[in-house]
Amino acid sequence: MAIIMCLAVPGRVEKIDGDFAEVDFGGVRKKVCVTLLPGLQVGEYVIVHTGYAIEKLDPEEAKKTLALFDEMARIQAEMDN
Amino acid sequence: MIDTRPFRDSKYAKAIAQEIEQLSEGKNIRIVHVCGTHEDTITRHGLRSILPNNIKLVAGPGCPVCVCAAEDVDMAIELARMGHIITSFGDMIQVPSTSSSLVKERMRGADVRVVYGVNEAVEIAKANPEKDVIFIGAGFETTAPTMAVEILRGPPDNFSILTSLKVIPPAMEILVSLEGFNVDGFITPGHVSTIIGTNAFRPFAEKHRVPCVAAGFEPLDVLEAIRMILNQINDGRATSENEYTRVVKPEGNLVAQKMLRHAFYIDDAPWRGLGVIKKSGYYIRDEFARHDARERYDFSPIESIDILPGCRCHEVILGMIEPKECKLFGKRCTPEDPYGPCMVGHEGTCRIHHESGAL
Ligand code: SF4
Repeated sequence: MAIIMCLAVPGRVEKIDGDFAEVDFGGVRKKVCVTLLPGLQVGEYVIVHTGYAIEKLDPEEAKKTLALFDEMARIQAEMDN
Repeated sequence: MIDTRPFRDSKYAKAIAQEIEQLSEGKNIRIVHVCGTHEDTITRHGLRSILPNNIKLVAGPGCPVCVCAAEDVDMAIELARMGHIITSFGDMIQVPSTSSSLVKERMRGADVRVVYGVNEAVEIAKANPEKDVIFIGAGFETTAPTMAVEILRGPPDNFSILTSLKVIPPAMEILVSLEGFNVDGFITPGHVSTIIGTNAFRPFAEKHRVPCVAAGFEPLDVLEAIRMILNQINDGRATSENEYTRVVKPEGNLVAQKMLRHAFYIDDAPWRGLGVIKKSGYYIRDEFARHDARERYDFSPIESIDILPGCRCHEVILGMIEPKECKLFGKRCTPEDPYGPCMVGHEGTCRIHHESGAL
């Protein structure tokens, strides 16, 4: 895997053991340091950068952004007609 | 697994692009981003070709490997020659400096190892108690907290870090102060913002009256950030906004910020191609001096050369020229045998343009 230094990828937390968690990246599980995210729960999504979870990913916010795109596409389609 | 495909949906891309066209009608707009991963998204998905011609998307200094000063790389090379175990990110070991690179030193017998993160370097130190292990820690605010975690956790005594950690907002200050550098809006880096928050860019946006929008790394994230910048311009506003709401908080990751403050202090730092920028680097605090390679080892003074003759990286880093305007691009300078630092990293503008075939 290419090491892109500011690249960070989302994964799902499967198991937490102190400062470390097992995170699932679409079928590949990796051990990740979660010291930067105290209070993390199993089932939450995290953004992982060089082996460290740096923030949670909020699926509800993702949905809101997509709903906005959907609305834009609808309005543009109406204008095109 | 989170489904990121809708963030690449061409139906949405078309709708946002149409809005962008309407919002920017009759204006020439120059938008700068400062993140190698954004450049990767932009080039990979051909975003420049779907934007109207009056919008120019420019890559600024967003690649930690490219802006790592030659003097830092020269120090790393000296440490490798001392016979210590050197660990770093894959891109970093290829960076050419004044006379060598870590990869070249490895070919000459130095012990240089690629790690995926600083925690792996600590493991190597634990496994080799009789050797000194040094991590060459280049990065921005995104990566700095990972090193703070290890310093504060208390690594073994034979472990130290040669930091080359940069703070992004001061570099943006330098950019806007450059003569001839026009910018109508900044796409601020999503994962730097994850740590420092979108609030951190607000004073900058207001002071210089430049809209800033933090964006994620899917193609629609970047398009939407452009649309949000145009909205600010049309409304006569200039503030720091957030497109990447699924990850970035206005205040950032407060735990990470606290750890950064505990482990590091901020001082002036050299950037390749930009010179020394005030208060733009993280340095390890005195109380952890034994884990600070700068304090732990004696370095011989050498004259480091940031930009080798013929290389125009400094202009590429500043978004002044396109990589293909450099005569060496694709000839003397290729990803297989990089001459300048912008051809090395996966986030280097020259490298990205070379790989996407933008000849
Ligand atoms: S192509 Fe190579 S030599 Fe030219 S500016 Fe880019 S990195 Fe420097």
